[in-house]
Parts: sequence; structure tokens; C-alpha cells
Amino acid sequence: MNGIRGSQARSAEKVLTVVDLHKAYGQTVAVGGVSFEVDRNEIVGLLGPNGAGKTTIINMILGVLEPTAGRIGIEGVDIARHRSQVVGRTNFAAVYAPLPGNLTVSQNLRVFGLLYGVPTLSKRVQEVVEQFGLEEFRNVKCGLLSSGEQTRVGLAKAVLNHPYLLLLDEPTASLDPATAHDIRSKIREFARQGDGGVVWTSHNMYEVTEVCDRVLFLSRGKILLEGDPKTLPHEHGRQTLEELFISVAREPLTFAGA
Amino acid sequence: MRLQPVAAILLRHFYLLRGSPARVLPLFVWVAIDMVLWGFITRYLNVIASSGIDFVPVLLGAVLLYDFLIRVMQGVTLTFFEDVWSRNFLNIFATPLCISEYLCGLVLSSILTSAVGLVVMLVLATSVFGLAVSVYGLMFVPFLLVLFLFGIALGIFGSAVVLRLGPASEWFIWPIPGFVAPFVGVFYPLSTLPQWMRAVSYLLPPSYVFEGMRKVIDHGTLSPVMLLAGGGLAALYVVLACWFFAHIYRHALRTGLIARYSAETVS
Repeated sequence: MNGIRGSQARSAEKVLTVVDLHKAYGQTVAVGGVSFEVDRNEIVGLLGPNGAGKTTIINMILGVLEPTAGRIGIEGVDIARHRSQVVGRTNFAAVYAPLPGNLTVSQNLRVFGLLYGVPTLSKRVQEVVEQFGLEEFRNVKCGLLSSGEQTRVGLAKAVLNHPYLLLLDEPTASLDPATAHDIRSKIREFARQGDGGVVWTSHNMYEVTEVCDRVLFLSRGKILLEGDPKTLPHEHGRQTLEELFISVAREPLTFAGA
Repeated sequence: MRLQPVAAILLRHFYLLRGSPARVLPLFVWVAIDMVLWGFITRYLNVIASSGIDFVPVLLGAVLLYDFLIRVMQGVTLTFFEDVWSRNFLNIFATPLCISEYLCGLVLSSILTSAVGLVVMLVLATSVFGLAVSVYGLMFVPFLLVLFLFGIALGIFGSAVVLRLGPASEWFIWPIPGFVAPFVGVFYPLSTLPQWMRAVSYLLPPSYVFEGMRKVIDHGTLSPVMLLAGGGLAALYVVLACWFFAHIYRHALRTGLIARYSAETVS
């Protein structure tokens, strides 16, 4: 019964709740009062020009950067108070955080599986290796893989612990169009089939339109716009998401009160 | 503390050692060279010295004990440096791993790697140069324990310094044992030192080990108070080093250094 009640309570919670998040480095404000939520089975895109604060927000959600103020809750649990518990059901992949190149694919997945406390680890490693088409690279050192293959290994690590919340920082940045398409399909599948949610950053507006259920436009550490990536451009008099992105990046003040 | 994350740190280091002679050889080559060099030096001193002192337990034994301390310290720092060299901090600290689990993994890794060096040194020193460990009696075990604890403390302290100052600062860490050695009387009694150096010596646990070692060789006994003082100090330094590492880690979380470690500074 407890399990059922726990499951019902969990399904009522948002996967991610960010409330009035601030991060300042001295006088420089990197994130200035950001609030948003991610629902179950939802893919939310964080968009914005370089330096807008996307990676800073992701690092705070991952627990590797302490907010100056604000609250982050994952599955209703406060990360500041219960970091290990919360982070255990979160994971991420980022192009700037490749797995150690001096370990093989299989070794890296085993080590990170232990770090995340994955049960029946050998079976789970086999599953993600198959899921991301890494069978032939199982015993190859990660440093010898192409950047696209390394990205797939990073994504395999990112889903290893069946995370409730998956944070993907430009996950397809170094992939060819065909592989990027496959990866997008896998992430969509992850979001639809499980009961988790995804935060996705990308500078590829086509990809964002295809993948994300909702997007948040960030500029100078604040959310300026929020909405469905398919309808948001028209709501603001633009033809495409890319046009809207350029406008937000160049004239953020125009959208500040939108 | 959970066992799985600790096992992950150990397993990672085992994988690295298994596939890399460049990591395995240093576990015992340098200490073996030290044993051979000091073994011959002590033989020569035994021949030319008229005092009748047997230099094997006094000098070769002292080098063995100090090399053990160095191996323990490097066992911790080298496991930590693997994360520095592979730029792995963001990946590893974004997992549920606690700092206590991480440090425990570093210590266990050091126990295994330093044990390899100790066995090689003991085999060489006893079989080739006739060092009789029985000269130290039962005191040999607490001597090793005090040095082990202080080596762990130095290793964790060094790792914290590198976490705070960036990858290039690892060159501050390698010379630490050389800097400590003159104060702790590895080769000579503390009474040889000037007063100000002796004052520093009393704060360093290895001083009690090497003074104790000479007392055991000369008189066959050692005051337990002396050994307890060394052990107590070493345990205190382990606690302080862990606190220092945790403090530096929290600073890195506040400043964003974990996520931007390759920049070495966030200012």
C-alpha cells in the first residue's frame, strides 16, 4: 500500500520545480529570478543566446553550483536539503562533459552505474548499450571514439539510472543529421514512455520545434518568453522560432514584459 | 555511507591500473630503487663506521617507513588526480556521491596501492639487505599505522589544495614529503635540530615514529605515551584534512569552480 500511495503522491508532483532562482558572481548576475516547472512526460526547451544563463541553471539543478537564492525541487524534494536522494534520480549529458577517455565504454557505464546506485547493473548496462547502438564500441576507450559516438555514450550514461529528470545541454551539437534524428527519437521515447521529464538546451531551432513541448526564452538570466514552440513565433509576429530567437537575442528589452 | 559509490571509485582506479603499465610500475619501482640505493649505503656505512652501530635498521628501516608514508599520500592524490586529468569533476560530482564516500574511495584505493609498495620494500630490504623487522618488535605495526594516517591526511590536504587552486597546482603537492622530511628526523635524532625546527617537529606525527624507532633499536622499549601522541596527532590531522577538503568543495560549489574547473579560477 505504501508503494501505491508513494506512487500516487509522486505522480501528483511536478518532475522539476524551480522557484525564484538567483545566481550572482559578485556584482555579476548570471541568473536573476527564474521560475519554471517541468511536468511528467514533458520536454522543456531552454533557449537563449550564449551567456543567457542556460548552463548555469542546469548546473544548479544538478547540484554542482549553489544558488545565491531560490529553491529547486525535484519530485517535490528540495535539492538543498536532500541532495544525494534527489540527484540519484537525475542525470545529464552535455557536450562539454565527456566521460573519461581513458576508460572503455563498458567500464565508464559500470563506474557511473555504481555511482548512481543502479540495481542489476550488468543487465542495465547491456540495455543502454543496445539502446544507443554501442555494442561494437563496448570495449573501446571513450577517448578513441568520434565526437558523435562519445555523445551517444554520454546519453547512455544519462539514462542509466532511469532518471525522473534528464538534463540535456546541447546533446546533438556534434552529431550528423541522421544520428541527431535517431537521438531525438530516443529522447522523445524516453519522455513519453517513462514518467520523467526532460530539460533540453539547443541552438538548433528546427530540433527544438520538433522535440520540445514547451520552450523558455532566456536572456541575461531572466525568462522573457514561454510557450509552445510551434505557436510562439506567430504569437509574437514572427514566422519561425529562429526569427523569434534572433529578435529576443538582439532586442531583449522588447520582450521583457511579454 | 553507501558502499556502491565507494566501490565505484575503487573500481575506476582498478580499471586504470589494469590497463596501464605507466600507472602500475611507479607503485613499486621507485621504492625498490630506494631500497637498493639505501641498502648499499648502509652496507658501506657498516663497513667504514667504527661505532659498531648497525645502520640497516636505523637508516634502511627509516627509509622504508618514510617511503611507505609517501606511497600512502600519493595513493590518495594520484586517485584524485585521475579526476583532474580526465576533467571528470562535473560528471562525478553531479552523481549522488557524498564527499565522505569520495574520500573513503580515495583512502581505500591508497591502501591497496601503498600495500604493493610496502610488500616490495619489505621483500627487498629483508631478503637482500638483511633488515630484521623483528628489531622493531610489535612497535612496527603502530609505526606503520601512524605513518599511514599522516599519509592519508597529507593526501587529502593536497587534493583539497589542487581542487581549490586548479590542475597546475599539483606541483605544490609532489614536494610535500621532501619538505616534511627534515623536520621529522628520518635519519637523525630530533636533538640534532635547532630549537625552532624541533618545535615544528613535535607537531608532526612521523617525528614520534622515527624517534620511537631509534629508541626501540637502542633500548628495546618505547614509551606508549610517545606513540599515543603520534597516533593522536595523526588522527587529528586526518579529521582536519577531511574538514578542509569539505570546506574547499563547498567553496567550489558556491563559486562554480566544479563546473568550470579547467579555468583554474572563477575570479
